[in-house]
Amino acid sequence: MKDNAINTPIDPKTIKGWGIDADPKNDPTYPMRKRMNAGEDPTPKRRPDNLQPVNVEVLKSIERPKVSAVFGTPAPPSGLSGMIRRQAFKYSENQYKHWLPLIVADRVNVVEGVVTDLFQGKLPNIWAEKGYGMEWKHNRTAFVTKMATIGAVTAGLVVWLSSGKKKKKSEFKAKDYLSRF
Amino acid sequence: MLAMDYRGPKRVRAVQKPMPEIRHPQDAIVRVLRACICGSDLHLYNGNVPDTRVGSTFGHEFVGEIVDIGADVTKVKVGDRVIVPFNIACGECHFCRQEMYGNCQESNTESGAIGGIYGYSHTAGGFNGGQAEYARVPYANVGPVIIPADMDLDDAVMLTDVIPTGYQGAEMAGIQTGDTVVVFGAGPIGIVAARCAWLFGAGRVIIIDKEDYRLDFARNYSYCEAYNFQEIGDPVVFIKKITDWMGADCVIDAVGAEAEGNTLQTITGRKLLQQAGSATALHWAINAVKKGGVVSIVGVYGPTDNLIPIGNAMNKGLTLRGNQTSVKRLLPRLIEHVQNGVLDPKALITHRLPLEEVADGYRMFSNKLDNCIKTVLMPPTANQ
Repeated sequence: MKDNAINTPIDPKTIKGWGIDADPKNDPTYPMRKRMNAGEDPTPKRRPDNLQPVNVEVLKSIERPKVSAVFGTPAPPSGLSGMIRRQAFKYSENQYKHWLPLIVADRVNVVEGVVTDLFQGKLPNIWAEKGYGMEWKHNRTAFVTKMATIGAVTAGLVVWLSSGKKKKKSEFKAKDYLSRF
Repeated sequence: MLAMDYRGPKRVRAVQKPMPEIRHPQDAIVRVLRACICGSDLHLYNGNVPDTRVGSTFGHEFVGEIVDIGADVTKVKVGDRVIVPFNIACGECHFCRQEMYGNCQESNTESGAIGGIYGYSHTAGGFNGGQAEYARVPYANVGPVIIPADMDLDDAVMLTDVIPTGYQGAEMAGIQTGDTVVVFGAGPIGIVAARCAWLFGAGRVIIIDKEDYRLDFARNYSYCEAYNFQEIGDPVVFIKKITDWMGADCVIDAVGAEAEGNTLQTITGRKLLQQAGSATALHWAINAVKKGGVVSIVGVYGPTDNLIPIGNAMNKGLTLRGNQTSVKRLLPRLIEHVQNGVLDPKALITHRLPLEEVADGYRMFSNKLDNCIKTVLMPPTANQ
């Protein structure tokens, strides 16, 4: 910001040739028909008269000066996902440090949702929530094949991983370093 | 009230939630009469939009009856049946006064790039959406438009997003009389964009997708040529061939982040989330348009980065245009088109489900089951 001192604003009209080739019809922003730049706008910073009271936590982008006049109130940040979201909002939308933590927070939030369900004595009905009924009704063969493949791959992985452990254990037992000498 | 409830990627349910409240003097509460599942809802459903919080209610396409209004609401009254544009717009900021209602500065605290949208994550303002029995509608003096007495509610709900977005896709393409227009994506938006391209004087309209049932639908609804990209080889070479090796004058990307057709894009964009979605359609659009042509982007992408051939865009002297649709700006003209029979929005509806079966609706639309084009959700209170 300190470099701004040397960036003195200049009135463009004082520049020789300013605007001599301006062609209002050559407007690539069509179909924006009421185009104006901030200089043409008599009240560029105009805001609605009333502002929604901020009585829940709202995370504000650092690319804007104030909380918008209205905002959504459902699902304010909470828990571990909320902590991650608060950190994310310390960075601008121009940075991965903003977006990637938000994606992580979304995934953490899913686990929090399941835990909350369980604490409330509610077991998530995954079959219904994923709409598997529709797959069963309209796409049964592909659906069964997909599920069977996922099941077989999962079972195979479990068997492979568990046999690997046993093998390592047995290999370890076979080497009796103490009795070799 | 009953409302859709997001639980995580590909997991939603209908649950009882508290009634929405007036939180600003320009708020209204609407009893939802129809709500749709939009293709861009699938980005949320698949967990691809950052800051999509568990417990959120989606739904930015809905119409309803006003049941309560804030102290400053003067343009609508209790009992009015209204089209609710998907953008939340104050009508007073620098952008709204240029009719850029999709870019309002006073409806989203959580992002500088996008205005508020109903039920579209906290990145778009954290508002609950209309896949519910009731919804809070901010700035009720600005957004809602009273449904004409002779208009079917099914037509009206299509005017909240899908018809205006398809129309603006064609409008932004800068179509001149006789132009060849290619639309990537035969989902509801692409089908409408292809139909609307004729309204701007297109000479030839071509739509590209991989679902034969959607291509058949587009041939009938949009009066256009339709090709399956799995059967034509390289779609860019195909378009060059059928346009005397020039390329299309205008190309509309009506796919966005969920595109198929390129393994690298699919893996990095949709599976690993290393891009803001798969940019296959945009990639093809830039390469399939002629030199000096226009690419219009109405397909939705995430807020981070995408792999696209920007060097080709520069070398070809292309104009790239895109925006969230300014629904409010377009509604007067589009209502006229519907009333005059120029457009037939409700013909897009293929499925109607009760709100209680919202999970089935998402699964059906997402996986294109039962030849689904457009699904309407009916809240239990819709028939009261």
